[in-house]
Amino acid sequence: MLTRFFLMGLDKKAGVLLTVLAVLAVAVPVMALGTAPDSPWHLSTHTVALLGKYLCFALLALSLDLVWGFVGILSLGHAAFFTLGGYAMGMYLMRQIGSRGVYGNADLPDFMVFLNWTELPWYWHGFDQFWFAAIMVMLVPGLLAFAFGWFAFRSRVTGVYLSIITQAMTFALMLAFFRNDMGLGGNNGLTDFKEILGFDIQAASTRVGLFVATVVALAAGYILASAVVASKLGKVLIAVRDAESRVRFLGYETDRYKLFAWTLSACMAGVAGALYVPQVGIINPSEFSPASSIEAVIWVAVGGRGTLAGPVLGAVLVNFGKSYFTAALPELWLFALGGLFVLVTLFLPKGILGLAAQLRDRLPARATVTAKPADQKGV
Amino acid sequence: MHRAFCWLLAAFLALAAPTAFAADLAPLVRGLGAGNYAETEKAIAGLAETGDPAVVPVIEALQAGDLHVRKSDGAVVVAKRAGNGYALTDPLTGGAIGEADRNAVEKIRINNALRRTISATLGALTLMSPDAGTRRQAAEAVFKSRDANALDALNTALAKESDERVRRAMTQARASVLLAGDAPDADKVAAVAVLQERGDQDARALLNGAANTGSDAVKDAATKAIASVEQRLALWGAAQNLWYGLSLGSVLLLAAIGLAVTFGVMGVINMAHGEMVMIGAYATFLVQEAFRQWAPGLFDLSILVALPVAFLVSGAVGVAIERSVIRWLYGRPLETLLATWGLSLALQQAVRSIFGPTNREVGAPSWMSGAFELGGLTITYGRLWIVVFAFLVFGALLVALRKTWFGLSIRAVTQNRSMANAMGVRTARVDALTFGLGSGIAGLAGVALSQIDNVSPNLGQGYIIDSFMVVVFGGVGNLWGTLVGALALGGVNKFLEPYAGAVLGKILVLIFIILFIQRRPRGLFALKGRAVEA
Repeated sequence: MLTRFFLMGLDKKAGVLLTVLAVLAVAVPVMALGTAPDSPWHLSTHTVALLGKYLCFALLALSLDLVWGFVGILSLGHAAFFTLGGYAMGMYLMRQIGSRGVYGNADLPDFMVFLNWTELPWYWHGFDQFWFAAIMVMLVPGLLAFAFGWFAFRSRVTGVYLSIITQAMTFALMLAFFRNDMGLGGNNGLTDFKEILGFDIQAASTRVGLFVATVVALAAGYILASAVVASKLGKVLIAVRDAESRVRFLGYETDRYKLFAWTLSACMAGVAGALYVPQVGIINPSEFSPASSIEAVIWVAVGGRGTLAGPVLGAVLVNFGKSYFTAALPELWLFALGGLFVLVTLFLPKGILGLAAQLRDRLPARATVTAKPADQKGV
Repeated sequence: MHRAFCWLLAAFLALAAPTAFAADLAPLVRGLGAGNYAETEKAIAGLAETGDPAVVPVIEALQAGDLHVRKSDGAVVVAKRAGNGYALTDPLTGGAIGEADRNAVEKIRINNALRRTISATLGALTLMSPDAGTRRQAAEAVFKSRDANALDALNTALAKESDERVRRAMTQARASVLLAGDAPDADKVAAVAVLQERGDQDARALLNGAANTGSDAVKDAATKAIASVEQRLALWGAAQNLWYGLSLGSVLLLAAIGLAVTFGVMGVINMAHGEMVMIGAYATFLVQEAFRQWAPGLFDLSILVALPVAFLVSGAVGVAIERSVIRWLYGRPLETLLATWGLSLALQQAVRSIFGPTNREVGAPSWMSGAFELGGLTITYGRLWIVVFAFLVFGALLVALRKTWFGLSIRAVTQNRSMANAMGVRTARVDALTFGLGSGIAGLAGVALSQIDNVSPNLGQGYIIDSFMVVVFGGVGNLWGTLVGALALGGVNKFLEPYAGAVLGKILVLIFIILFIQRRPRGLFALKGRAVEA
């Protein structure tokens, strides 16, 4: 029954994506650990971490697509859930440092000693246990999303207004986390991690392990999302996206459906953030900035909104482009990103994955001469 | 009495023939270098008794530790470091008298007792200065130092003072000295009354001291005076917050008012709005550079010239954006949001590439710098003009939308596009011009904000979220809502600041808005009727 639920969402695209992920999960460990450092097939630890980072972003994009592509909620604050998950993981990693910090305090992280704090704040308790942190990674973003969505959906805040208040939410969180009084490292955030679950966080084998964990999380997230979308519940979600009032008049309580998808999406984003932090080695409040949330939206738009596989592809491609441009032509990166926003919204409303379908629609239209451009002028 | 007479005489003579005295001062100055502290103090007293303003730089040099004795002839000189040795100048005339080796001069040392004498002497000397501003400053200095030594000088100066404001400052200084020293009770009670009238933080501190140490009568008077002063301070504190709130509110209004046109009237989410503000600020910078280059004498007019320039530049960029991108996206607000966000990134990078990432210097014209005091308030002219300017822009926009043909067509297109089209309004052109108007107003905001903020490529980023909050809070499609929203948010922010701190205050305001939107999803002044459903 449960197996059927999870398998029913899988189609051809899913098959391709899951195969690629499976290949990555095998090939990357072999190439990173099983080859000599001077071999052309060798992957450096840095590259493994970079790939892992892309896949974390892919999971974030996937979670965003679940709400934007299928429920029509454009969140401009999804990075907030991602970052909260990251902070939960960061707090665990901070506690793991123990007395190896600069000040050698067994209980307090360095920045607290620096601020002359004598006691661990209450919300830091429990984070020395991995299982506790792992729960918090999903619980904290989930609770925030639930509370936020509960109010927003019940009052029928929709469309642009919802987008703007999600942005206000992440902006408020950013300001809050920048304060030293928050007890979460202020400006500098959490960094200088030593080990995770007893493994040295810098070691190549740990990095590979984290990468494989990210691949597994992404695959699981994908299967879960496609199952949700293909289920009866998913049909309602899509109906809400296309004509919310009509669905409500048919007797569905649309708020609950939206709230479910929204909270699930936030939990997925939290997991992505938690996997991101140990691979990048730092989490700080600038991740909350509205700009990073909007950047996540463009990954989804580039790949293809409402396709699930598209956002994964979009996140990897855009971030690969970002890594390349910021190293090779740093001046041009913002032009490229800005241009991407404009071009995708103007010419690729369905993203890369929708391109084929878009072209197919276009081709027969050629026969009926210049109907298209004339149509557009009238708009 | 004798001393007072000396003072008067000295002051009179000093005014009458300062140069004639210079020659007689020389032996007194020489006495400063006599050796021990006691002799130096005597010499200072001697100098002070001349009452000659020419003495002031000598004593100031002594205070600064620049006064030295030349070992070869025992002359007292001002020696300043120059290369390996010292450059010497005459302390009285200020003329250069050659250089000396480091070992050829010896510093005149002073101790704390001497420092007190020096500052009291300086205070007394400047109390007699012919310049009213200097006298007032001296009186304020005595007020702060509460130096009992200055009391005689103060009394003398007070007797011949004719300027009302200086007189008041001196009376207050005298009261502070009396209250701090051991004067009779009657004098102290009178001093309390004077300080109560002054009624600021300093006066409260002095009164607090008196309330804790004085005799019963003084204590009683002081306690009453403190209550009155505190009430007055609280009142001025509230007025200060109100002014700050109005000032912040007008900045928010300026930033949001253009958005009220593009978002409120047209329904277009323009995330590049902040960059229009930034372009306006850079236009101001360029205009000022041009003035610096070709007409530095007319620099005060640069801001006035920058206003139309910024409006036209930002407006033109706005029209270009509307024609090239936004017109394809009408009716798809979320896509518009993303596309304009992309434009904002590109515009920021373009400005960064052209002007560099660092802040650009935009100067203030003379009529916008400085400040004036209104009771317990200090109001800077720059802020005052921005408040005035914000309301002028608001009024002008209101008139333009209500009374002009252009405003009429904007409203017609907003309310019923196809009907307006049928009546011969060229809707596409009105769209472009409306967007240009909103962007141009953002450019005007940029001129004002260049005076109070750093002109950098990130200038606009700081305002975009705030301006959206204002428009959404006030109610979309309603200019009055924007006005009320801006002033309310500015005021709330500034009243929260003293209790919660600047950052926490801002967070609380954001949370408040998020909750407010839940209650009234269409803002404070929502449009009623069918227009809402569109």
